[in-house]
Amino acid sequence: MTGLAVLIPVALLLGLSGLAAFFWAIRSDQFDDLDGAALRILIDDEED
Amino acid sequence: MTLAVVMTGRESLVRSVFAVPAIHCPSCISKIERGLEPVAGIAAARVNFTSRHVAVDHLPELSLPDIQAEIANLGFEAQPIPSAGAQPGSSETGALIRATAVAGFAAMNVMLLSVSVWSGASGVTKDLFHAISALIAIPTVAYSGRVFFKSAWRALRHGRTNMDVPISIGVLLVTAMSLFETLTGGPHAYFDGAVMLLFFLLLGRLLDSVMRDRARNGIASLLKQRAAGALVLKEGGASEWIEAERLAPGMRIMVAAGERLAADGIVEAGASSMDSSLLTGESVPKRIAAGDEVHAGTMNMGAPLTVRVTAAGPDTVIADMARLMEQAGQGRSRYVRIADRAARLYAPTVHALAAASFLTWLAMGAGWHQALLVATAVLIITCPCALGLAVPVAQVVAAGALMRIGILVKDGSALERLAEADRILFDKTGTLTLGRPEPVNLDAVPANLKPILLGLARASRHPLSQSLRRSLEREGIMAAELTGLAEEPGFGVRAFDKAVAVSLGRPARSTGDALATSFTVGDGAPILLHFRDAIRPDAAAMLKRLEAMGLEASIVSGDRPAAVLPVARALRLTAQTGMQPRDKLDAIARLSGGGHKVLMVGDGLNDGPALAAGHASMAPASASDVGQTAADMIFLGDSLAPVAAAIRLARRTMRIVGQNFAIAIGYNIIAVPLAFAGLVTPLVAALAMSGSSIIVVGNALRLARREK
Repeated sequence: MTGLAVLIPVALLLGLSGLAAFFWAIRSDQFDDLDGAALRILIDDEED
Repeated sequence: MTLAVVMTGRESLVRSVFAVPAIHCPSCISKIERGLEPVAGIAAARVNFTSRHVAVDHLPELSLPDIQAEIANLGFEAQPIPSAGAQPGSSETGALIRATAVAGFAAMNVMLLSVSVWSGASGVTKDLFHAISALIAIPTVAYSGRVFFKSAWRALRHGRTNMDVPISIGVLLVTAMSLFETLTGGPHAYFDGAVMLLFFLLLGRLLDSVMRDRARNGIASLLKQRAAGALVLKEGGASEWIEAERLAPGMRIMVAAGERLAADGIVEAGASSMDSSLLTGESVPKRIAAGDEVHAGTMNMGAPLTVRVTAAGPDTVIADMARLMEQAGQGRSRYVRIADRAARLYAPTVHALAAASFLTWLAMGAGWHQALLVATAVLIITCPCALGLAVPVAQVVAAGALMRIGILVKDGSALERLAEADRILFDKTGTLTLGRPEPVNLDAVPANLKPILLGLARASRHPLSQSLRRSLEREGIMAAELTGLAEEPGFGVRAFDKAVAVSLGRPARSTGDALATSFTVGDGAPILLHFRDAIRPDAAAMLKRLEAMGLEASIVSGDRPAAVLPVARALRLTAQTGMQPRDKLDAIARLSGGGHKVLMVGDGLNDGPALAAGHASMAPASASDVGQTAADMIFLGDSLAPVAAAIRLARRTMRIVGQNFAIAIGYNIIAVPLAFAGLVTPLVAALAMSGSSIIVVGNALRLARREK
């Protein structure tokens, strides 16, 4: 049962860090253009 | 048009957003972004591929049509849309997203702990798990629950009740009871139920808010169509520029060719033609001479005019129209959405049930603690999880499906209203027809003369010339090099092809009402080119489909009977002609009075009030600003097929919503007696809640499947 004392905080911390990452992603407009992000990788930047 | 002003460094830039439905590949993205950035006045352009939007940051001097033209030069058709990023509604959506994320996180973690308790954790471990659950759940309820608490408090303060009242009471009571249980080492804690409830309900709220964000309103754009002012003639030949607000009846104003009128008036001198499509929707410029009445907002297409002002400012016809639209829109805002109608019945029922269970258990000799636990279980099991999701999920999925066939839904309740429509009124110009003249007999011009014709047509901004240019360019004709090009007001264009005099202009003989222009080469006989405002390609087929769906259609047009008749005959519709905006409103009011639900389909400024008054309304993407803001839905492209498709999908959506309600009620019929009997443990509550929500969402997702 002592394992719980470690595992529960670890689980919660991981969950919280996921939540924090999500909040950061919203704040920095990461979800504005999901399909576009997939396509932009194909744009050839050097053709100018 | 709403614009967000963003400050970047020294200068203030304006962000305008355009819908560009043709974006479909990575090279479209780079073509538009790189094509726009070098344009003077444009600071940055960013394509949003998901929504097919282009956001352009530009100097305020650059007008929307300018940018639209720049995007058109790159080969894409663009429609300006109200900018999405800066709407007040989107901050509410942002808050809901954060609340939902927190609730989701908490629900998962609390569920993890609860599952351990259900699978046999006991004694100190169980108490510890309950305590940790409380530590997670209580801040979550405080943070994520605010949405409901605020709304419930607002309703209660005004002595009303809404869906949020039972939710708030339920969540708070459950949390308080569970905290008490935790502190006293009791067997059951419902933290998972409370948090999961919040999560599901927030999800529904979030979807609803996403839909509502699309709803835009704005009558202000109407008055922008009026000129800013006019050149007023003073005694003794002097003249002065006066703003529209300061114009007064009796003043004499000069209206140059190509200028919009700033006030209503009577022509004193000059003869010209006025484009009054803004007011009447009529495509052909109307000839006017001294003594004729002219209105603010119309544009002088020909020679300069002197006009004596008869009405200015708030007394003009166009200002009157703005007022009409405002009034007409009020009827629609009184529409009660189906979810709210359900809530009106639901909230009192739930309250009564919970109270009844509490009193029954007390009367049967149970302690207040036991009775309160049962009442809590009743509240949590009846909480409208499935009900809260039933409508928004179906609407969001349907709106997504409509988007794929080229229909933008602007308002969440639009689908509900559209599904109820049983009568359709169409405007003619720009709605049943394409709203632009198309040459009918271009074949009459010998192939060797077409380059000359294009050379002439290119030189003029007249709508007929522009139409000729488009048609010829579509045929792949290259323009001939002409010399001595000159545009003669009131006639047309003259030039020389080598030494031969060529001209394109007004026919020598009157052609009556028909649109025509005469093309002459040297001494040859003039070739008369006829034009027609073509009917949209599949209008007839679409009308047949509508009829099969039980919707009777007819035309309400501001145009002359002679112009409406061919269209009405070709489509076999009854038509009312020569209608002013107020007449269209009256027509809708008459039909509504007769128990019909009218769907108005129109595009022009003159349809604005009717679009706002209709039970539901649609406008083509080519519609005026006013038409687009007043309509519930906008369809893209030249085809009218989306109208029928939208109605069909709206009806299917409402069927699904009905099924979802039935599922939610059926679930309650089974679950409430269990809760009443005190048999609902946290495990049963969790299963019931998530089960019914998943069924409802799954049912709504069926709408995403393509129609056969």
